Amino acid sequence: MDFQTDKQRALGHGTAHEGTHHFWIQRVTAVALIPLAVLFVLPFAYNLGGDFDEVRAAYAHPINAIIAILFFGVMFRHLQLGLQVVIEDYIHGKAKKMICLLLNTAFCWLFGLTAIFAIARIAFIA
Amino acid sequence: MADVNRGNRPLSPHLSIYRFQFTMLTSIMHRITGVGLAVAAALVVWWFLALATSEDYFKTADAVLNSVLGSIILIIALWGLSYHLCNGIRHLLWDIGKGLDLKTAYASAIGVFVGSAVITVLVVILAQGV
Repeated sequence: MDFQTDKQRALGHGTAHEGTHHFWIQRVTAVALIPLAVLFVLPFAYNLGGDFDEVRAAYAHPINAIIAILFFGVMFRHLQLGLQVVIEDYIHGKAKKMICLLLNTAFCWLFGLTAIFAIARIAFIA
Repeated sequence: MADVNRGNRPLSPHLSIYRFQFTMLTSIMHRITGVGLAVAAALVVWWFLALATSEDYFKTADAVLNSVLGSIILIIALWGLSYHLCNGIRHLLWDIGKGLDLKTAYASAIGVFVGSAVITVLVVILAQGV
């Protein structure tokens, strides 16, 4: 028996206190990644195994740099949300789950920011 | 609504209870490719960090990614990304209520496998050819 009123339940946004925020951001980032993934992978596949100066010049170009930064930013946000659901489903026990969720957050921020820093450095220095 | 039962709700059956279906595989593969792509993403970020650092470091990272093992990992990752992209579009269409009937769901499942294989081969050829 629950004594919460309908309004209180709606304001509390459910047990996670976030409502549909997680679901929605996962979809928004998914839609954004359709063009971004294609626009990122093609120049990456082309530049892989290339000459250092040429690859640097390619990623110093504003279009390539901006697409790569956008791709990594949106992709790591999407990855964080996706891995979060996987952890919540398969890792049991409150402490273990919490540690995995924190590691997930740390991994996605670390690699996401490293990627953005690297591309910004190439674009500003080259 | 206020006194709706919140403690004794039915749970969805566990995975082992379901009869295996082809469409189940596409759903499980979506998760596996998603987790696998995290590893590939880390490798690619490392390559970019090396590119931003020095020519020597770039040559090392580029050699690792272009080695036999590196190429195998990247081609699997490319297929994983293509699969996750195709199946992701399928999920987004489901979210707006399209293609949910059995016949379409099975057809799109086959489409995802065929489409991701075709994309993988095309990108590999494109990357080799230029």
